Amino acid sequence: MASASLSLPMQRRKHLGVVLLLASLALLAVAPLFLYPVFLMKLLCFGLFASALNLVLGYGGMVAFGHATFFGGAAYITAHALKEWGFGAGSGLMIGVAFALVTGFLMGIIAIRRQGFYFAMTTLALSQMAYFAFFQAPFTNAEDGIQRVPRPDFLGLVSLTDNLTLYYFVLAVFLIGMAVIWRVIHSPFGASLTAIRENEPRALSLGYHTNRYKLTVFVISAGLSGLAGSLKVLVFQIATLTDVAWQMSGEVILMTLLGGVGTFLGPMIGAALVLTIQNYMASTAVPVTILIGLAFIGCVMLFRKGIVGEIIALLPSGWLGNHDRERV
Amino acid sequence: MTMIFGVPLVALASQLVIGLFNGAFYALLSLGLGVIFGLLRVVNFTHGAFYTVGAFAAFLLTSYAGFSFWACLVIAPLIVAALAAVLERSLLRKLYGLDALYGLLLTFGIALLIEGLLQFYFGVAGQPYQVPALLSGTSNLGFMFLPHYRAFAIAVSLLLCLLTWLIIEYTSLGAKLRAATENSRLLEVFGVNVPLLLTCTYAFGGALAGFAGVIAAPVFQVSPLMGANLIIVVFAVVIIGGLGSITGAIVSGLMLGTLEALAKVYWPPSANLVPFLIMAVVLFLRPRGLFGKGE
Repeated sequence: MASASLSLPMQRRKHLGVVLLLASLALLAVAPLFLYPVFLMKLLCFGLFASALNLVLGYGGMVAFGHATFFGGAAYITAHALKEWGFGAGSGLMIGVAFALVTGFLMGIIAIRRQGFYFAMTTLALSQMAYFAFFQAPFTNAEDGIQRVPRPDFLGLVSLTDNLTLYYFVLAVFLIGMAVIWRVIHSPFGASLTAIRENEPRALSLGYHTNRYKLTVFVISAGLSGLAGSLKVLVFQIATLTDVAWQMSGEVILMTLLGGVGTFLGPMIGAALVLTIQNYMASTAVPVTILIGLAFIGCVMLFRKGIVGEIIALLPSGWLGNHDRERV
Repeated sequence: MTMIFGVPLVALASQLVIGLFNGAFYALLSLGLGVIFGLLRVVNFTHGAFYTVGAFAAFLLTSYAGFSFWACLVIAPLIVAALAAVLERSLLRKLYGLDALYGLLLTFGIALLIEGLLQFYFGVAGQPYQVPALLSGTSNLGFMFLPHYRAFAIAVSLLLCLLTWLIIEYTSLGAKLRAATENSRLLEVFGVNVPLLLTCTYAFGGALAGFAGVIAAPVFQVSPLMGANLIIVVFAVVIIGGLGSITGAIVSGLMLGTLEALAKVYWPPSANLVPFLIMAVVLFLRPRGLFGKGE
């Protein structure tokens, strides 16, 4: 609701929001001085990926089980463009995003024909098809993947070979991606989307072309997932089958679920948690799937709102209006 | 040599047998998935893991306890059924009132856990399992060689599908199942123990998957991920046939297996893509599936 004079709790919220935003930006800016930049960049990539999925999962209310196709597919395209076609960093990211947008559109027009778990199963099956297509395509080198991808300069000006420089580049792209997501959620489009999620027949009867909204958000989400995948190529200089496999689609759902579906910060926190656990587990003999499976079970059985969702639920009621509850 | 569209008849016929063999698995698995979905309204992601557990149970029973293949064919599905019953009672049951997607996510988590545990104890490499001596030969049919085991597997799987269909359509238990699918609360008022019915249904679906796993063990290697990749194709089968339709599950399972085999003969690289391409076409032309009754 837009009002000329802000009420006191609203004003307080606004100030708090600005302070929190600045604090987290400062934290992100100095983080590489204390933590390993490559790990931080991985966090940013997956945070963006999970947040992109959250657009569909949390705000669109559709369980998409095929986002690995956009993430890993864009990674393949970017890796190929950088290595074989000599693209720069900026154009390399763009061609990855373009690929993800197109595949997102193709998967979207088929999948939105069914709702609920049919949607989940359809996206999963279609992404498995994409997996086999990538597996057989000659340029992906099947099990070997595309290795030793160069890190070209950005606009021919900024060299990204240094991890620290690359970190700030990745951070900037990440922030642009998050800003797009924030903008989508807080637009009239986002509000209509929430309405469709809550009651699709009613939105339909009010004259909304619900399928068009669902397709649009699906394509936006696919494009941002692609951006995350392309960024990952710049960081790790490799694109492999792991990124397009269905396990990746499941992992990113877990990140979103764990942090809090339909919250702005949740997916990033979920991603950080899952990656930290994976990092820790990598040195043990226990397969990561065991822990991921347990996390899924625990999350669904015990805290379905996710970490951020549960924290919001604990806050005193005056702190956040109903309107803002799901926008943190 | 007889040629059909440039392919020798022998090669075509043996590929078709392999296709029917795979199709029989698709049918068994999608049948269980459909029965569970019909009653519990849960898309059972754990189904692939049940299939894997069935195969591993047979492998362990044979190599460590000396049970014969035939004994495993009975015992392994019962083990899977018991596992399924425990999972339904302890976890799945608590999610019935909620959005069906939580059931999907929970069963996905359980599948990952089971596969991870198997991977931890047995590694990713496949374990061999002997074809029973009685079925190890092949017959010369004149135009092709028919491996006995594959013929047996196709026959027994179809028999099981038929049996399931008869139970659901023609017995009083089946009538209760169908009634519970329509209106479980009303059925409960009539004094039927619906929660028990749900547990049994989930266990039965699991047993079907476990049975398929035992049948698969001698042909494919017994490995922790054998079910994970299969279940996604089965999802495509289910979408093509329409969830909740028994005929749909059986017919589209066999059809898909056969078409996959044909693709393997005529254009090998497309074989893996065929089930999903057909699914996409069906979704476009008839979104509720070939045999689906609508939502």
